[in-house]
Amino acid sequence: MSASITLGDEPALHYLLRIADTCLILAQRTAEWSGRAPVLEEDIALSNLGLDLIGQARALLSHAAKLEGAGHDEDQLAFLRDERDYRNVTLVELPRGDFACTVLRNTIMSSFLKLLWSALRNSSDAEVAAIAAKALKEAAYHQRHAADWLVRLVDSTDESRRRVEAALQQLWRYTGELFDADAIDDAAHAAGLGPRWSELQGAWQAEMQTIFDEATLKLPPPATYRSTGKRGVHSEHMGYLLAEMQQLQRAFPGGVW
Amino acid sequence: MSHENEAEGTPGEWPLWEVFVRSKAGLDHKHCGSLHAADARMAVQMAREVYTRRQEGTSVWVVRSDQIVASDPGDKAMYFDPMEDKVYRHPTFYRLPDAVDHM
Repeated sequence: MSASITLGDEPALHYLLRIADTCLILAQRTAEWSGRAPVLEEDIALSNLGLDLIGQARALLSHAAKLEGAGHDEDQLAFLRDERDYRNVTLVELPRGDFACTVLRNTIMSSFLKLLWSALRNSSDAEVAAIAAKALKEAAYHQRHAADWLVRLVDSTDESRRRVEAALQQLWRYTGELFDADAIDDAAHAAGLGPRWSELQGAWQAEMQTIFDEATLKLPPPATYRSTGKRGVHSEHMGYLLAEMQQLQRAFPGGVW
Repeated sequence: MSHENEAEGTPGEWPLWEVFVRSKAGLDHKHCGSLHAADARMAVQMAREVYTRRQEGTSVWVVRSDQIVASDPGDKAMYFDPMEDKVYRHPTFYRLPDAVDHM
């Protein structure tokens, strides 16, 4: 097994890792649908979504590796960190669940990421701004595709509505972490690198309200529970996810194809 | 089996849609395949997902397969064979000025 790498503690690095890891881990969960989606067309759609997220993660991880200046590359950052050094929000590491869970999570996350990429287009870091401009188009489509499904599922049968409501019960409480403010956000804001995630809450809430209204779903009040993935303290599911995601790079260090 | 069922396949399955993709502005939409979708909105999205992943398109059309009226294969001889010997319908009997290339 290849040794893990450790990270510096510059706030800018961690700000970018939060975004990159959130995309990376959501991509890993999305990829689990390959060959398992309810219909062939959606199977391809979910794979496309996962690949978009991997592309975004790659771009940010490569850039983060440059900023870190420790000689790491995107693969090492993606595959050779220990669990505590992943900075994704907890929501994206939760098991993929049923199709309703995946649709709801993708609706929540694509709405959030769309707003985040939109703000990051004004980043003082020109490369981050360029990555954001490209990713924004992808996230806007992801949101439309996921939100359409959410409306369909709620509007379809008693069973599909029941599953969406169960997914909401399970996932909503993890949305609070998205808007948690801390010193890393403050530093990014001060440097003009990107917004405090807490600044996006109002716009996100409004977009979710519009989608939920169309779906005739009641939007729950803002979550009070705080998960802690962004600080590296993950749920019990993260270890299993990493074991699978890292296996190849750990077994064949530096392997490429 | 009714005409409609024929297009929709097994009961409970989503209807079939034909997909047309335009590769760039100015060119025609070309038929490239089909897919299943619950309605037109989903069909356009799925067409984007399934048929434009490798930069094939700048625009897609979808049309329900059961809305396409096709000639009967049984009429093929009557419809199309008579054109075999009408060579005079091809504009190949004109002498072009040298200045006109590649007509």
